[in-house]
Amino acid sequence: MFHWLEKNPFFFAAAISIVISFAGLIEIVPNFSKAGRPLVDMTPRTVLELAGKNVYMKDNCMACHSQMIRPFKSETDRYGDYSLSGEYAYDRPFLWGSKRTGPDLHRIGNYRTTDWHEAHMLNPPKIVPESIMPAYDHQFENEADIETAYAEAVTVKNAFHTPYGDEFKRTRAAWDAHRPKVLADAKIIAADMKDERVKKAISEGKVPEIVALIAYLNSLK
Amino acid sequence: MQSHAALEYDYSLAKKFTFLTILFGFLAMLVGTIIAAQLAFPELNYLLGEYGTFSRLRPIHTNTAVFGFTVSGIFATWFYLGQRVLKVSIAESKFLMIIGNIQFWLYFIGALLATVSLLFGVSSSKEYAQYEWPFDLVVVVVWVLWGLNMMGLIGIRREKALYISVWYFLACFLGIAMLYLFNNMALPTFLMTEGLGNPLHSVSMYAGTNDALVQWWYGHNAVAFGFTVPIVGMIYYFLPKESGQAIYSYKLSLLSFWGLMFVYLWAGSHHLLWSTVPDWMQTMGSAFSIVLILPSWGSAINMLLTMKGEWNQLTENPLIKFMVLASTFYMLSTIEGPIQAIRSVNAIAHFTDWIPGHVHDGVLGWVVFMIMAAIFHMAPRMFKREIYSRKLMETQFWLQTTAVVLYFTSMWIAGITQGMMWRAVDEYGNLMYSFIDTVSVLHPYYTIRALSGVMYLIGFIMFAYNIYKTMTSGRVLTEEPQFKTPMA
Repeated sequence: MFHWLEKNPFFFAAAISIVISFAGLIEIVPNFSKAGRPLVDMTPRTVLELAGKNVYMKDNCMACHSQMIRPFKSETDRYGDYSLSGEYAYDRPFLWGSKRTGPDLHRIGNYRTTDWHEAHMLNPPKIVPESIMPAYDHQFENEADIETAYAEAVTVKNAFHTPYGDEFKRTRAAWDAHRPKVLADAKIIAADMKDERVKKAISEGKVPEIVALIAYLNSLK
Repeated sequence: MQSHAALEYDYSLAKKFTFLTILFGFLAMLVGTIIAAQLAFPELNYLLGEYGTFSRLRPIHTNTAVFGFTVSGIFATWFYLGQRVLKVSIAESKFLMIIGNIQFWLYFIGALLATVSLLFGVSSSKEYAQYEWPFDLVVVVVWVLWGLNMMGLIGIRREKALYISVWYFLACFLGIAMLYLFNNMALPTFLMTEGLGNPLHSVSMYAGTNDALVQWWYGHNAVAFGFTVPIVGMIYYFLPKESGQAIYSYKLSLLSFWGLMFVYLWAGSHHLLWSTVPDWMQTMGSAFSIVLILPSWGSAINMLLTMKGEWNQLTENPLIKFMVLASTFYMLSTIEGPIQAIRSVNAIAHFTDWIPGHVHDGVLGWVVFMIMAAIFHMAPRMFKREIYSRKLMETQFWLQTTAVVLYFTSMWIAGITQGMMWRAVDEYGNLMYSFIDTVSVLHPYYTIRALSGVMYLIGFIMFAYNIYKTMTSGRVLTEEPQFKTPMA
């Protein structure tokens, strides 16, 4: 039987394809819509927070930090309530991470503040002695890409019905109209910060990466 | 197996991909060694400004190891052994030569650009799938070209029965194609709006828990179909060819192949134990991980038994040593993985350095050793020259073997230490250690790991030098060597 198969590349390839498809079909598909449900009354991230999430992705924070509190007492004592599936329903991509070289961040918004993050990102070992995390000084210099974050919000609204308001439209005019709101959010974060570069950028109507990142980290609760 | 090939094979593509294997292997290991050193000595994060932090460099290390080194190695060995087991020269078809060369250049340029994009932080953030959508498209085209080439060569073959290695390469092609396509499904935000924002940015088609499931179905099985399946395909060809021994058991090959195909993909959810993925999926992942020992060890044992009665070759031929050690590390890695997939063990091991420890005894000990052995075997046949130095090969072998052992032992200790410290409580039930305590305790292990990286990298440079000298100044061979690779 197998010798016959081994002389027929077409059927051989077909057999492989069938055999390797089972797992995905049985494990992933049945639960798909249920696993996609958000918690009741959950709102999606603001554009500034989304821009911060993109800074998180750009500097690849999940290389060292998880966002998944497992249901053990040692974890809930350290980080807060264990994570629920619905909390991630608007996360595209998921940012659970797979390695904790640094601590979990899923509820960091509950116990760290804007000024803490500012000082920490400038020089981690100064705040946490013996820390091996590098400083992220360039986040104070680089501008956050809030336009891309807006495009992302519009995309997920149109494609996946993520509940963003009616003012989120595909057009450049809609973005121009929304932009002041992002700047206003950024001002609130920057008000708690000391760095001169940040203050200068905000006064010029720009949003440094660090401001967006802190907005995102503060939203992790 | 015939002693003298009546056919003249065309190795131009195999040679080209061999060069890329060495180039990307060096890059991946160099960056890997740098980031290992950064964990022990954080000052090393500031060598390249924004572009030199651990977090930016890590995806370059992983993606260059997977899509640079390993995939080049898969292409190189396929373009060598594919012709030989199918008894047809690729040069017999102009079409196959042309698409093979297009594949090479597209792959080379695409891989370089994709690496630069990661340096700039252009990343979709899914592990081993960080490339943004334009690079994903290049990967798909390269992969389809390779598939076409493989099917084409099979189509014009003279040997009607497909040898075991061909099964594995075929499965590699089909498996990676399916996984890569589904996991990288994303919508480019620039195209979904009136051209707003960064054209390279995209958003995943899946969210949260679903995205995690698809990602680890991919992530685990990219290991399956990139680091396991084609490498097993290689050893099924190169070990018998180098030793002159026939494969021990056809039935065991059959069982291992179809077993691996069916079982491997289920195990992906063991990356998500204790997460918000439903319990039954986690349990399936654990259970199938244990079952996976059977087909994995089936192949490895089949290889070791192939050497039955011929173990003297281990002392006479360093290439046999490389391949036997590779099989042994494969066995170690495929028993370690299932152990980590047991829920109670995973509760300690997950998120710790034991996981990179596991990955590296598999990749450094099994994948890299096997690909280097394959290249050592192919070089005299492709370049018609004797291997430049056996002594260098021996030194490299022991240096790298020591490096792998240092790597995984230090990471085992580091991982279990940290996992236990995270959960340690005092007599009143309070956590005993703050997080930073569990980091500073790892310093010696991180230092040992960085040292092992340096050793392994030096070994790889010795390998590259040996191949370079073989090409340029090895003794010229008048006829193709049978079995044992000639070396000076």
